[in-house]
Amino acid sequence: MHAEEPAMGGHAPPIPDSTLPGGEWSAAIAAELAEVLANTAINTEYRHLVVKCGRPALDAVPGQFFQLLCPQPAGEQPYLRRPMSLYGVDPDAGTVEFLYKIAGAGTRGLAMLHPGDRLDIMGPLGVGFSLDPAWKHIVAVGRGAGLATLAPLAKAARAKGMHVTAIFSARRPDLVLSVELFQSQGATVIPVTDTERTSGPAHVERLLRGLIAEQRCDAFFTCGSSRLMRVQQRLATEFGLRGQVAMEQQMACGIGLCFCCVRDFNVKGEIVHRRVCWDGPVFDILEAIP
Amino acid sequence: MTDLSVRIGSLTLANPVMPASGTFAEGLERVMDFSRLGAFVTKTITRELRTGNPLPRVVERPGGLINAIGIPSKGVPYFVEHTLPHYAPYSVPLVVSISAPTAEGFASLAAELSAVPGIAVIEANISCPNIEEDGKAFAMRAGSTEAVVRALRAATKLPLWVKLTPNTGDLPEVAAAAELAGADALVVANTILAMAIDLNTFQPSLGNVMGGLSGPAIKPIVLRQVYQCARVVKLPIIGCGGIATADDAAEYMLAGATAVQVGTATFVQPAAMISVIDGLAKFCERRDIARVSDLVGAVRNEETDEADLEWVAPPQ
Repeated sequence: MHAEEPAMGGHAPPIPDSTLPGGEWSAAIAAELAEVLANTAINTEYRHLVVKCGRPALDAVPGQFFQLLCPQPAGEQPYLRRPMSLYGVDPDAGTVEFLYKIAGAGTRGLAMLHPGDRLDIMGPLGVGFSLDPAWKHIVAVGRGAGLATLAPLAKAARAKGMHVTAIFSARRPDLVLSVELFQSQGATVIPVTDTERTSGPAHVERLLRGLIAEQRCDAFFTCGSSRLMRVQQRLATEFGLRGQVAMEQQMACGIGLCFCCVRDFNVKGEIVHRRVCWDGPVFDILEAIP
Repeated sequence: MTDLSVRIGSLTLANPVMPASGTFAEGLERVMDFSRLGAFVTKTITRELRTGNPLPRVVERPGGLINAIGIPSKGVPYFVEHTLPHYAPYSVPLVVSISAPTAEGFASLAAELSAVPGIAVIEANISCPNIEEDGKAFAMRAGSTEAVVRALRAATKLPLWVKLTPNTGDLPEVAAAAELAGADALVVANTILAMAIDLNTFQPSLGNVMGGLSGPAIKPIVLRQVYQCARVVKLPIIGCGGIATADDAAEYMLAGATAVQVGTATFVQPAAMISVIDGLAKFCERRDIARVSDLVGAVRNEETDEADLEWVAPPQ
């Protein structure tokens, strides 16, 4: 439901030269009938969907998203596609992964898929996270489904030699997603939960100040919590740090046509509308308005 | 090879398929080869800066969606400087959709844009509220339609397409008024005024309360309106309402449309327009129809015996 974007946030990415008239046109975004390889429950709330697909889907980068044409559950007719953050991509295996929670007609339809079924996926969409090679330590702060959006950052950061500290928030310890995924990529994961009373903004701020003091925070990456985003905005301003946030908004077209998913952003003191699907979903954390 | 070209007044299009205003932007260039389209149609621009309606702006319903986007517009200078250049490299005709709250506003905007190179057609979206008539859309009535189209006609020499609203019981009269006042073509139609209520909150589903229904759900209604208009005007008609497939496009052409606009379908299948173009060619080839324009108004009303129908539906 989100994706994210680099620090310059808000400008539609340049159209690749290959799409200019006269040259060989090729689709940078396409709808494809992908084959479902797996669709399994990973805890009481979330399900993990793996599909086999080709290009351009496999060119997806962390923070980008897809629009899924969900099967229709009995008695329901979802008409529009459903935006879904990229949870993982493996170009060698030819797979793209999503993590979703059953929340409505679309995701109820997704839950019906079995291995071997086909799912129409459209993507990759939006502007993803950007990793500045100058950074050595980045911090990912997420809550709920936002953890799924942050997940592919672990592998991408490791590939660039960056260390990740992840502060993952959830209602209960069994709902903290992606812990093993991050740990397998060498990340340090600090779970915080409501039931353990560790997820409040004050405690998370203490954790973040500790990381900044240890010089283990060159940039923030966040998704899924307005409260925690505000904490990071304050710290980013105080310490002159960069940050990126993946934002959510109800979407229709997913490719910047309809202006259904606009949000307000504060750009140098001026409030401007941006399309989450096209200008984002990743934005500069200092321009985001919760 | 089927000849897919169609003529809209003085303009020849390579094929009859183009986007509906508001569902097309530069981003689609990543999804489809723009040079294949019959025309480009921009989002509606206005002289005044508009931020658009409060959110939520879209709600889905079976077979379509209701939108109340509210025509966000960054004004004319932004359009000329930032939007137009995207389309300049193509030979595809550019149709610029405009709107204004008064007849004079329409005329001055059309006049200003007529001086800008690169614009092939003005599409006047007169389905918007007319502040001089208590907010009723110009196209609700024949009188206000005639007045605004006359003002537009006097203001521009560019081909003038007039986009009508389906929300009037007087559509044939409105179409005739637009023809009389000098329109070069009619776009029939626009979204159908609609509403949805959220049963969890008891609140309207849209920030603007009411919006316009589009998508396959409205196709039979607008198809009927194209048929009605085609019987009273000689102008070319561009059908617009729920077209998602080549079959939909063919049905509209049989009802009397010379060309079609594809809108909401692009939200579900981003390359829908390309499938409609390819599908129309196949539709004609299969029936040995040499020119897609032969379909225009070819609906058969009279009793026909079976043998005569074989060319229409060849045995599979």
